[in-house]
Amino acid sequence: MNAGTSPVTVEALTFYLLSAVGILSALLVVTRRNPVISALYLILNFFCLSGLYLTLHAQFIAVIQILVYAGAIMVLFVFVIMLLNLGDERKLIDGMSWKKVVAAGLAFGLLMELIYVLGFLGSSYAPIDAQRATEIGTVEFVGSQLFTKFLFPFEITSLILTAAIVGAVVLAKRKID
Amino acid sequence: MADIQPYLIVSATMFIIGAGGVLARRNAIIVFMSIELMLNSVNLTLVAFSAQLGDPTGQMFVFFVMTVAAAEAAIGLAIIIALFRRKQTLNLDEINILKW
Repeated sequence: MNAGTSPVTVEALTFYLLSAVGILSALLVVTRRNPVISALYLILNFFCLSGLYLTLHAQFIAVIQILVYAGAIMVLFVFVIMLLNLGDERKLIDGMSWKKVVAAGLAFGLLMELIYVLGFLGSSYAPIDAQRATEIGTVEFVGSQLFTKFLFPFEITSLILTAAIVGAVVLAKRKID
Repeated sequence: MADIQPYLIVSATMFIIGAGGVLARRNAIIVFMSIELMLNSVNLTLVAFSAQLGDPTGQMFVFFVMTVAAAEAAIGLAIIIALFRRKQTLNLDEINILKW
């Protein structure tokens, strides 16, 4: 907070830069033809989101966003794209153009609705308490919560991950013997 | 930013881009990536409200969403590999054996 002469401006500038790059890379993810390019833009989007988490004082979430999403999940994606070797397969013909027009129209309508609801109906949000937000975002606080109040969901998580590993192996196996 | 309203609007925009991608694209992998985009934008909303309310529950929720997203990615990509092995295509219009 003591980096610039006027911290509010620096903060706002960071926010606008990160959200602009994030939205632009999200648009590129859904419009590029080549899945590898889409995957790389998705990684850029994850980094921007991690920066946005940092501006919200959520350090732990920002770190695991990069570790889990950009590190683990996207490696899986890129690996599968590489494994399927889509480049020289027959070209994917994307759906008919009227479908895209309908999809874009529906999406735009929903966006306007959401911006109306968020921007005009709920304009009286209380400001962020930076001190408290920094307090609850640390690894220490998150860890103590995970092992006290959220212990049961945390243990169930291990069950989900085990089931996912077994399921993925069984599904991707060529022949089950 | 002392206010969370801009965060909510950025998150809504990203969610809509993801939803549009799911509706418009026919490549299974890109549809899958759009779903990840939607999950992430909801995470941003949760973290923003968590910071505003001073309540850690939102961040815990993000933690669990990430775990489920990791499991979902593993299962989904395994299904995509199995599908590709069977039909030699990722075009969702051609994968319609469950359609009546």
